[in-house]
Formats: sequence, structure tokens, C-alpha cells
Amino acid sequence: MTAMKKIVSEIQSFHLFLRILIVLVTAGFFAAIARFTFGLGATTNLNDIYPWGLWISFDVVTSVPLAAGAFVLGAIVHCFHIKKLEPLVRPAIVTGFLGYSLVCIGLLLDLGQPQRGWHVFAYPNLHSPMFEVALCVMSYTTVALLEFLSPVCEKLGFHLPLRVLRTLELPLIVLGAAIATLHQSTIGTFFLIAVDKLHNLWYNPILPLLFWISAVFTGMCIIIIEAVMVHRYLNQPDETDLLATLARIIPWFLGIYLALKVFALFYLSERPLFDRPVLTALFTIEMVAGIIIPMIMFLQKRIRTDGVLQLRAAGLVVMFGLVLNRFNVSMFGMIQKNQQIYYPSAIESIVTIGIIAAHILFFAVVARYFPIFEHHSEDTDYAIADGFHRTKGPVVPEKV
Amino acid sequence: MSTTRDLSNQRTFLIDLTKCTGCRGCQVACKQWNQMEAEKTSFFKGEGYQNPATLSEYTLTTIQFKDYFHEGKNEFSFYKAMCMHCNDPACVSVCPVSAFVKTPEGPVIYDTKKCIGCRFCMIACPFGIPRYQWSKALPLVVKCTGCYSRVKEGLIPACAKACPTAIKYGGRQEMIDEAKRRLTANPGRYMNRIYGLEEAGGTSVLYLSAVPFDDIGFRNVTRRPLPSRTWAALRFVPAAFITMGGSLAFISWLTHRKEKIRRDKEMKEAGHASQKGDRS
Repeated sequence: MTAMKKIVSEIQSFHLFLRILIVLVTAGFFAAIARFTFGLGATTNLNDIYPWGLWISFDVVTSVPLAAGAFVLGAIVHCFHIKKLEPLVRPAIVTGFLGYSLVCIGLLLDLGQPQRGWHVFAYPNLHSPMFEVALCVMSYTTVALLEFLSPVCEKLGFHLPLRVLRTLELPLIVLGAAIATLHQSTIGTFFLIAVDKLHNLWYNPILPLLFWISAVFTGMCIIIIEAVMVHRYLNQPDETDLLATLARIIPWFLGIYLALKVFALFYLSERPLFDRPVLTALFTIEMVAGIIIPMIMFLQKRIRTDGVLQLRAAGLVVMFGLVLNRFNVSMFGMIQKNQQIYYPSAIESIVTIGIIAAHILFFAVVARYFPIFEHHSEDTDYAIADGFHRTKGPVVPEKV
Repeated sequence: MSTTRDLSNQRTFLIDLTKCTGCRGCQVACKQWNQMEAEKTSFFKGEGYQNPATLSEYTLTTIQFKDYFHEGKNEFSFYKAMCMHCNDPACVSVCPVSAFVKTPEGPVIYDTKKCIGCRFCMIACPFGIPRYQWSKALPLVVKCTGCYSRVKEGLIPACAKACPTAIKYGGRQEMIDEAKRRLTANPGRYMNRIYGLEEAGGTSVLYLSAVPFDDIGFRNVTRRPLPSRTWAALRFVPAAFITMGGSLAFISWLTHRKEKIRRDKEMKEAGHASQKGDRS
């Protein structure tokens, strides 16, 4: 009973915003139960014309690149050895791990037979992009979990696993980046099969490459947004200068993306491009607001080094360059002329809002209880005490 | 795949729409043989004068009616909708758990025991055939089986058996020859096109029609087999993995080595060369 009381009083000490998030997550949880009780047909607006809806478009196709920060920053800091960005790595890894865990949950909700998920291993089909993504997401979630275990072990004072994790750190970062490259691009391969369905503004043979590049620059923009939010709301130091370093890399990727996109549009597309006004408008918004304007912004030192403006540019990239792009590819661009329009049902929306809320909530909770912001020098000596026991007194404060 | 396999003897439907009377005997026979549940429907829900409106989780084949305008005149036409049993099926290639199989006999069949319900087959199918059990909490995909259970035993599919006029069933080459024979014998009667000959890389259902296929609801489908589109990207996966992992590992080694050399040099310069301050 006392433990219960402690938890309740702990939650009461949370900021009001976090308590609202708890309500949203709970609502999402019950909506998910409704999906399994009443079936997909009754609870969603999916049908035979729209077999994939909000859950695939957002919870999988969009969330995966949104969680790309971990692999991108890991590679930048540890492989290219730009050590000054290190303070950003841990929060990015937490975001990545949470993001992928929630992608798995979203995917399980959307599957008709989630209890058969293991069939992917039992009856593999090497020709299926979905098989590839399933394997990659599972293995990447494992890698992200191992990376995430470092702060957990530090908190609990487990020294032996920490030493193992420390040894594995670089191999895990390399492995994670390689796996992420595969599935970030293969999500684009999904839509290569929809040859007569996906509109030509988005359908082209290099879609997987475009998906990978956009995942990379989105990963960096997400890190900027996350760092600014953490500075504003979780009382962490202002990292604007570090972020300016990161922001210098972004326009390169935006530029390559833009060039490839133009090339694909005019040299690789097979059918008419601008025959549907609504799709043309969506495409224009995506390219201008999501790629061209932020690229110009990031190219200017004044904007790069300004905390507010750098956040705005990153926000544009994420909102229009990525989210709108993924919805264009997986939803809007797939709508045929004169076809009924899909919009998500209440339950679909509540589940997705719950998943977004869960991400922010879990991040705040992890940030509250685990050392993800403290800077850990690689020279910290973990050799003194071995074994799975706590060393110095109660490291865990009384609040948990 | 399709280029190396001999398809000439694959069991194939030849559906001559000029001979179809729209009696829907095929629909009834299909429902009976496959023991599909009855469906609650309402009239005029579909595109034309028909019931049920379309294929569904309970209905594997329908006669699709369509009222349309052609050259300023009201026209009325119909065709039999069913799985096309492609030579190189998109559903087989995209299914992550190999639930779809193109049988050597011709029909594309689906294993209800393997399916995880991801619905990628429904996205992939260029003809929009697979349906989903939306009414169930743990749904599966539903699709025409080409009556594989009958074909395996030397019978012809239930719909072909029931059809009094329009369906001919046999080896693919034989059916193509027959279709061409009809086209040359009666050029005025038919559109000069065999739908399914090249669509999606060729299918095991061939249609002949008196009116343009586009008008009566047939989709304009690419000629190139769909799986080749995804495979063009997927085949790079192992190479991408090795390149990315390898180059990142190499770069890490390089940068860490540089760092070590720099630190060693600093140590020496500071005169602490003998002291073991350097971790590495």
C-alpha cells in the first residue's frame, strides 16, 4: 500500500503537462483494447480500398525516420569522432529506443494476427520488403535497448554490465547505423510495389535512397528540437553552439536530397506529373516549406547560431520535409481519382495520439530518473568493483 | 522468375465477355464450393445494377456491372471479377511470411495458417483483389484460390464448371492460341486486345471483350512484373549493409587511431611518456 501511495504522490509531483500526457496514454491504451475486442473493421476507418491508414502512415512509416536521431548522431560522434557533440548522444539514444519500441507497438496493433509475429522467422521471404523491415526493426530495437542500458546500469550501479556495454559501445553504434540504413530505405521500397497506385510525383526507383537521406537529415533536426525542448522545459544547459555545429551538416543532406528529387522527377518518372492539382499543391508545400526554405535558413550562419531560428528551421524540415512527405507517399499519393477519401476514426486517432504522448511522457520520466544528461567521460574507471551489486550506498533515491 | 519458367501449361481461364450473359452462375458455384458465408447486402450499393456490390471477405468472384458513357451514349456492360493468378504475383513477393504461393499448376494460393495480417498483399496487388476480414478481431486475408483443391485432383474450377457460355479452362498457351483464333476469326466482334496476356507480366486469367477494357472497369496495369520493381532495390540490401557497416567501422578505426597518436604525442611532449595515464 505504501508503495502505491509513493507512486501516487510521485505522480502528483509531476508537472500538469505530464499528468495530461498520462491521461492521453491511458486513453490510447483503452482504445487499443477496443481494437482487439471489436476488430479492425469496427474500430478503424480502414477498408478494402484503404488497407493501410493512419497507423501505418504515422506509427510506422513516419515514426521510424523520426527516431533516426540515435543512429545519425551515434555515427557522427563515435565514428567521425566529433566529440564535442557527445552530450547530445544519450538523449538521442533514449528517443531512438522509445521511438522504435512504440513503432513495434503500433505495428502489433495494426497486424491482424499479432500473436503470429514470430512467423517472420519461421517462414521468411527474402523478396519481401516487409520481411526486411520486420527483421531490421526488431534487431535495431534490441541494439537501441543495449545502448539505452548504459544509463540504467549507471543509475543502479551495476559495474560488470557497464564494462561490457562500454566495450560494445562502438560496435553497437556501427551495427545500429548499418541496420538503420537498411530499414530506413526499405520502408521506401514498400511503395515501389504500388506502381500503378502511388502518384508519379513520389513514385520513382530511387524512393528508398530518398527515404534514407530524409531520415538522416530528419534525425539531426529531431536532435535540435529535442535539445531545445530539454533546455526549455527540463532545465538543461543551452546547447545552441553545439547544435550550430550539427546544423552545418544538415543543408548538405537537404541539398543532395533536393538534387536527387529533381533528377528523379524529370528523368526517372514514367507518367504525367502535374495532372492532379491537390497532389501538386501537397508536393509543392513539401518541397518548398520542408526542403528549400530550411536549406536556405541553415546555410546562413546567423540563423544556424540562433536558438529560436535554428529550432524553426528544424521544425519546418520535420513537419513538412518529413511528416508531410511520408503521408504523401503512404496515404495522399495513393488515393486514386474519384476514390472515396479516407480519414482516421476516433479510435485510430486516440491510439496514435496516445503513442505520441507516450513517447514524450516516457522521455520525461526517463530523464527524471536516469542520468541521461550528465556528461560521462570515457575515462571513468569502472574497474574498482565488479559484480552485479551496488557499490556506494543507496544510489537509487527514495523517490522511485 | 517468370522468364525461366515454362508457363505454357499453367492452368488458365479464358473469359470471353462477348459470350458472358451475366447469369452469375459462377458467383453461386464459387460460394457453394468454397463454402463462403452469406453476406448482408443492399441493392444499388455497387457501381451498377448488382448485388453484392464488390468482392468482399465473403465473395471471391462477382459479375461487376457498370453503367457508363461512351461517345455520348449510355452503355451497360459487365465482367467477371476474380483473382488474376499472375505469373509473377506481387502478393507472393511482398508477403513477409510466405503465406502466398504460386503453385506449379497455376493458381496463386494463400495459407491462412501463416498470415500475420499485415495487408501488404492488398497494397501490392495491381488488380485490387485480396480482401480482409474486417468483421473479425483477428482477421485474415480472403482471395480466390483458383479452386486449387479441385485443380490438383484434375477437376476444373467451380466457376468454370458452372459457366454455361463464356469460360474456357486449360493450358495457358492453348488458351492464348484460342483467344487469338477468336480475334482473327471475328475481328469486328472483339477489341483487338487480350487482357491478361501481358498485364503485370502476364496472368492466368485472360479476357476478351467487345468494348474497351478501360471503360468497363479494368485497370490499366503495368506490363512489367511488379516484383522486379521492389527487387531492383532489395537486392542491394546485403551490399548496403556491408558498405555502411564496413565504412563506418573503418572511419571509426581511423579517427580513433588519429586520436591515439595525437594523445601519445601530447604525452611525450609533456614529458609523461613513461607514465600510464593513457587509457589505450
